[in-house]
Amino acid sequence: MIETEALTKDFGNFRAVDNITIKVEAGSVFAVLGPNGAGKTTTVRMLTSILKPTSGWARVAGYDVAAQPAQVRASVGVLTEQHGLYERMRALEYLDFFGRVYALSPDQVRKRSLALMERFGLSDALSKRLGEYSKGMKQKLALVRAMLHDPMVLLLDEPTSAMDPQSAKQVRDAIVELQRDKRTVVLTTHNLTEAQSLADSIAVVRRGRIIANGTFMELSQRFVGNPLMRLQLAQPLNGAVKLLSGLVEITEQGADWLAYRTTDPRVVNPQVIRHLTAQGADVITLSEVQQSLEDVYLQIVTEDEDKIAAAKANLSAKEGVSA
Amino acid sequence: MTTTLNPPGLTPRFGEHGPRQTLHNALIITRREMRDSFRDWRIMGPILLLTIVFPALAQGATGIFVRFFQGAGANAASLLDSFLPLMPMIVGFFPVSISLVIALETFVGEKERRSLEPLLSTPLTNTELYIGKTLAAMLPPLLASYLGIGIYLAGLIFGTQQWRPELELIIQILALTTAQALVMVTGAVVVSSQTTSTRAANLLASFIIIPISLLVMLDSFIMVTNNHYVLWYIIIALILADIILFSTGARIFNREELLGRQLDEINLSWAGRMFRRYFGSGAHTVGEWYRLSVFPAVRRLGAPATIVIICMVGAFVLGFGVARVRPDLQMPTAGTSQAELRSNFERIYNLVAGKPADVFAAVLQNGRVLVAATFLAIFSFGVMGLIFAMVPFGILGYLFGQPLIGQLGAGTYIAAVLPHNLIQVPAMILATAAALRLGAVITHPAEDKTVGEAFLGCMADCVKIGIGLVLPLLIVAGLVELFVTPRIVQIFFGG
Repeated sequence: MIETEALTKDFGNFRAVDNITIKVEAGSVFAVLGPNGAGKTTTVRMLTSILKPTSGWARVAGYDVAAQPAQVRASVGVLTEQHGLYERMRALEYLDFFGRVYALSPDQVRKRSLALMERFGLSDALSKRLGEYSKGMKQKLALVRAMLHDPMVLLLDEPTSAMDPQSAKQVRDAIVELQRDKRTVVLTTHNLTEAQSLADSIAVVRRGRIIANGTFMELSQRFVGNPLMRLQLAQPLNGAVKLLSGLVEITEQGADWLAYRTTDPRVVNPQVIRHLTAQGADVITLSEVQQSLEDVYLQIVTEDEDKIAAAKANLSAKEGVSA
Repeated sequence: MTTTLNPPGLTPRFGEHGPRQTLHNALIITRREMRDSFRDWRIMGPILLLTIVFPALAQGATGIFVRFFQGAGANAASLLDSFLPLMPMIVGFFPVSISLVIALETFVGEKERRSLEPLLSTPLTNTELYIGKTLAAMLPPLLASYLGIGIYLAGLIFGTQQWRPELELIIQILALTTAQALVMVTGAVVVSSQTTSTRAANLLASFIIIPISLLVMLDSFIMVTNNHYVLWYIIIALILADIILFSTGARIFNREELLGRQLDEINLSWAGRMFRRYFGSGAHTVGEWYRLSVFPAVRRLGAPATIVIICMVGAFVLGFGVARVRPDLQMPTAGTSQAELRSNFERIYNLVAGKPADVFAAVLQNGRVLVAATFLAIFSFGVMGLIFAMVPFGILGYLFGQPLIGQLGAGTYIAAVLPHNLIQVPAMILATAAALRLGAVITHPAEDKTVGEAFLGCMADCVKIGIGLVLPLLIVAGLVELFVTPRIVQIFFGG
């Protein structure tokens, strides 16, 4: 549904987006993570055909972003970083304007507007001017605007920022529903928990480049290591450590517990339990220690910084030699 | 490589639109923007005040004028016809000046409030957005202006005033008001696209309001001097400016330019850096500067230089023709002999020739004319610069077309004009072509440059051609004019 190849955008001498290649399947949620100024918004603007790529190409909903901008924009719903509402208007008037812009019939606009307003708990605010809306309500109305024409692709920039927990849940539920309806969602966010819970795949962007890309499990395994298991026994470990050391890589241990890593928990964990039970040890729990996306993200960023530092040091050394 | 799908969902197909669809989509924007303007008391307050209150004040002022002039005698009463036509123009101009404010608000204000991006994310084309917003900025003040003029005229027709303006004058005023509003709005689009804050846009708006104010003063002068027919020429010039600015605006008003720009405010240090870069082109010596910077700049003057040469030749031919076909404009030939001319020449020669200080005066005179022409070119798409260059050639042609010259021998005339002009004319062509390019650059900046960058590039070209070529040529021409030309003329006179 979304495909890019070496997508690059320069502003003068500044490279905002550098060789981004991604593929997002229909009906999946793709999260783009990265610090401010990483190139997330510029990428979204290229995917919306607002900015032309300097080089590379991108297709959205089957349309080329450079050659078919109107078709791309018609197929995409965009929630911008700033909600950008017209504050003197009322909700239905505002949605009617955008409905006309998307060439929907007045009847379609009204039905869809009312349904979406109700979906996001905004029905009571229909008569208010948008300037009177709270920040969260504005954000939700902007999301309604993005969904109004039932686009195949939604590009959502920080969709739950400034929202109370209940509103944020409404939005997350809506994203899950969109996914169920085979809509493709690109989510740029700083909320790592949200990204972890919603995204099928994740890209981490820094200085315009994708520095890591994959499912959460893939990223976690690549950057944090194999799954970490925690074993709790009913009695002190005694000989358990020695017993298991040939089977798994023990990373930590306490008086009556230990933690180990394994590449294949489905095969290894039953073996561990069998060994321990055969020796008369009572296993209370054996569970995977959940890695958070935050751990993974921080590890990715740290490794990237190390790489840059090493490259700089290498360059300085070369300059020193040539001087 | 691209596979085109018809996306399901509610969205119909979008693509290139015909003129009817373009207008339909543009009017969706216009209606929304106008509704927004009508809800904004900062816009509606002044418009209502200027539409309703100001015509009433103008009515009162007209009554005072009429009574004053009529009471001051027959001579003073005749001045009424000169001064009173100003009133409907002023009544119409004040509300229409608000269009500049609305245009800046509509374009930059929306950019500043970040409400532009959702709009740019829709399938509307750049042209539809541009037309829609231009109409929205122009229509409310223009309607207010027509209403104000209507109220004022209704007061005249149905009131007790004695003055009745001619229908042609009313049509001229309506046309002037409309064309000025369009110039302001389309100019504001050009300004808006170069900034991301209303503060910077307001500063740059002086590039629009100053020429328009000067134009209104010129209109007033024309009306007071009872040369109303000249207003038609101004209207035609304004319509041409409208077309140029509208097409420039349409070219500049694109998503890339509007959202791709992250620079804000008038950044003088950036402008200085850019100018220095364009001016020096990385040269380290004077010779290198000529090779890397000055001569490439001259090569860029191909098209404008051609236009300048055509206009100069045209002006010469026109001057020559006028002198030939209008006997009433010919100089008297009777009583002018070769001896008298020689005596006149010697008197002038003794007065001015051979004095080094006069070389400086000649260079200063020519230089300041070219600087003034360049300055005016900036505000007139280069047209005024071109006119400055054409006038001397018109005069030369006019003089050359005089029967008197034929009688005395064209060789002498050519000898008096040609030697220094062989050097001076190329200097004029270079300077005028650079000025024309500078003035016209906002209408057609290069694809990879913003208007600001393109303007700075052309400005740098103007300065380096001025310093590197025009000034040295003018100095040499001044030396020839003072030390060589008189001797050649003397030879022709037989001295």
